[in-house]
Amino acid sequence: MPETPRNDYLNSGSSPSVARRRIRNRALAIGVSVTPFGLSFGAVSVEAHLSLVQVCLLSLVLFSGASQFALVSIIGAGGSYLSAVGTALLLGVRNGLYGARINALLRPAGWRRFVMAEVTIDESTAMAVSEAPSGNAARAFWTTALSVYVLWNASTVAGALVGNALGSPATTGLDVAGPAAFVALLAPRLNTARMRVAALGAGAVALVTVPIVPVGAPILIGGLTAVALLLVLDR
Amino acid sequence: MKLWLAVLIAAGGCAALKLAGFVVPVRLLESAAAKRILEALPVTLLSALIAVSVFATGSYLVLDSRAAGLAVALILVAIRAPFLIVVIAACATAAGVHAL
Repeated sequence: MPETPRNDYLNSGSSPSVARRRIRNRALAIGVSVTPFGLSFGAVSVEAHLSLVQVCLLSLVLFSGASQFALVSIIGAGGSYLSAVGTALLLGVRNGLYGARINALLRPAGWRRFVMAEVTIDESTAMAVSEAPSGNAARAFWTTALSVYVLWNASTVAGALVGNALGSPATTGLDVAGPAAFVALLAPRLNTARMRVAALGAGAVALVTVPIVPVGAPILIGGLTAVALLLVLDR
Repeated sequence: MKLWLAVLIAAGGCAALKLAGFVVPVRLLESAAAKRILEALPVTLLSALIAVSVFATGSYLVLDSRAAGLAVALILVAIRAPFLIVVIAACATAAGVHAL
């Protein structure tokens, strides 16, 4: 049984049924919070002259909101296809890094590895990492992946067909739903000074680089620099 | 035609990037150093993601309603509010400030 951090208040309650309910509710809330972005993505894609098949293919196969948005926004704004694809790929690199962690944590075998890789994104990773000390990482990962996959694809199709009915995510405040959920999920992991320094360092480095490097790079630069900083601090 | 090519390369490339983390042999991930790096990586990457998705629009740093939402989320997490309350209050705050 892994040790549960002392101040892990968000995951308090160790009985299996309490954990199941907690994970289900959070996974559903996170899924619902991506739907305004799905609607918006579908609508923006149609405006950028993508066909319905292309929009669906992106949500089904690429399945990573930030990369999808970057791709169609740059194409829609008349940017080059090369910069659109390049930015989408750059934003996709962090999913590969998440994958290494999820692989070590959940050890999928055979075909499960491919399915797991396909749904390794910010949301499923954050939930798995958050539930790792409670021993529910696999349930948290799959439940969140299913919730986000279904609602993301459904909202994408709706957005492409009927337009963005909800208006901009900024109007509904849902543009901070993701960041707020990640703050809450990460809080228990920030129970040591070294992790708090690393998290703040990652954010600060990312922001400093925002104006000077291509879109997509700041998150990677911030995340990797902070891990390097941690290794130095630990020496 | 070019658009199809862009869609297919982006979709295939991003799916391949996701798979990349899973083809690393697990034994390489078992050293003490690798474990430390792997456990910290999602936390630092998500922290950077939070910062960029709140304080940036494209290549510009901006301070807008999202910052108010994040501030409320941080305060509520500090006083140990439940997950759903944190998310809903952050959204309501950001929407309120945006409407001003």
